[in-house]
Amino acid sequence: METPRPFSLLCELTYRCPLQCPYCSNPLDFARHKTELDTEEWQRVLTEAAALGVVQAHFSGGEPLLRSDASQIIRHARGLGLYTNLSTGGTLLTEKLAGQLRDAGLDSLQVSIQDADAENSDRMVGGAPSFEKKIRAARLVKITGFSLTLNVVLQRQNIGRIEAIIALAEDLDAERLELANTQFNGWALKNRAALLPTRAQVERAADVARSASERLKGRMEILYVLPDYFEQFPKACLHGWGRVFLTVAADGAVLPCQTAREIRGLKFDNVRERSLEKIWFESETFCKFRGTDWLPGPCQSCPRKEVDFGGCRCQAFLLAGDASVTDPVCSLSPKHGLIVEALAESEAGANKNLIYRTASSSLQTVTRQ
Amino acid sequence: MMAIADTSKPRLAAKARLKWDAVREKHLLLFPEGVLVLNKTAHDVLALCAGQREVAEIVKALATQYGVDANAIDADVKEILQKLAQKTFVTLDD
Repeated sequence: METPRPFSLLCELTYRCPLQCPYCSNPLDFARHKTELDTEEWQRVLTEAAALGVVQAHFSGGEPLLRSDASQIIRHARGLGLYTNLSTGGTLLTEKLAGQLRDAGLDSLQVSIQDADAENSDRMVGGAPSFEKKIRAARLVKITGFSLTLNVVLQRQNIGRIEAIIALAEDLDAERLELANTQFNGWALKNRAALLPTRAQVERAADVARSASERLKGRMEILYVLPDYFEQFPKACLHGWGRVFLTVAADGAVLPCQTAREIRGLKFDNVRERSLEKIWFESETFCKFRGTDWLPGPCQSCPRKEVDFGGCRCQAFLLAGDASVTDPVCSLSPKHGLIVEALAESEAGANKNLIYRTASSSLQTVTRQ
Repeated sequence: MMAIADTSKPRLAAKARLKWDAVREKHLLLFPEGVLVLNKTAHDVLALCAGQREVAEIVKALATQYGVDANAIDADVKEILQKLAQKTFVTLDD
């Protein structure tokens, strides 16, 4: 089969961030990767990506607005005809910056919020008073003329307030509300005992999201992403490894997904050394889990193999210790007991201690490995 | 399923953008979290959804473009519009 070309590129402009969310999707050892691509290098990456077939560029971080050249990079992407999307924590957004982003041609601007009130929100980002700034940013997004998407990561400590979160989104007049349950890799896995909800919580939240979605039809689109731990089959992580999506990390490392750095033993090529085209088509890491030929036993004979491609490689590595086995989330995985156990622990009660995403905990994590 | 009125004026949603993909040689619809690869008809319909023409006018314009009778494509065009509206890629102004 011909190797497909990617549609979508995630540019993690920096791993620096003023917030310390304990479910951050950056790698645990982010503090070790300090170098950042400069403006011209990002522009070259985008030019190469467009030639490769990418039509959509997502900009995130860390906090992408810590890069003073964010607008300049976005302008370049827009000039290439790419659809551009920026995800920010919101705390650094100013009227001037929002205007610059609009003038650069940014298509979509998303603000993350952690909870519906200052106390809980500020606690989740590590204590820095940021809730009011986020709300101001969300209003600024609207005033500037963007449509507003709010991103919320749902977890045990906020999922019970889903009604209040939806009400806040209504109050802010958001066009889109993305309620994504935590994916337990990296930092979130480290904090799983504090963040994994109970089944009753998840089902209740799904009901609330469904009826709100019905009620707000035509005004606000609500996406509720189910947590894979509670499903029978795994998710097709990013529609399959090396199939439609790629990430360029802050330091130029090219990853099949933004958490792939958690998989030890994989080598990630860097845009400073090879072209994106070569990395996509030829690098060992991108070829390793592409398609279905590499799939292990339970998947090879499964009718869903073209649906979920064996699930998430990071989860297979992090839970089962081997990136080439079936995602343990799958009820057919020989390691599914690991999920059953985690769910039983969650039913028994939560551990409230959070390990925040700070440079010092990042470096400690690395030492312990 | 809502019915599509002849007089409503379909408009491509602000979040979405049409693009000719020169690498794949396909028409695409781009939106915040995804991409839709369009067939020719879906593209032709969307290209006319600027909020100015009524549905009946769009059907007529496409019939002329394809050299067919408007009645022959009326149902198909409405079905496409209905699907796109359901996915919030098109809004139907009165």
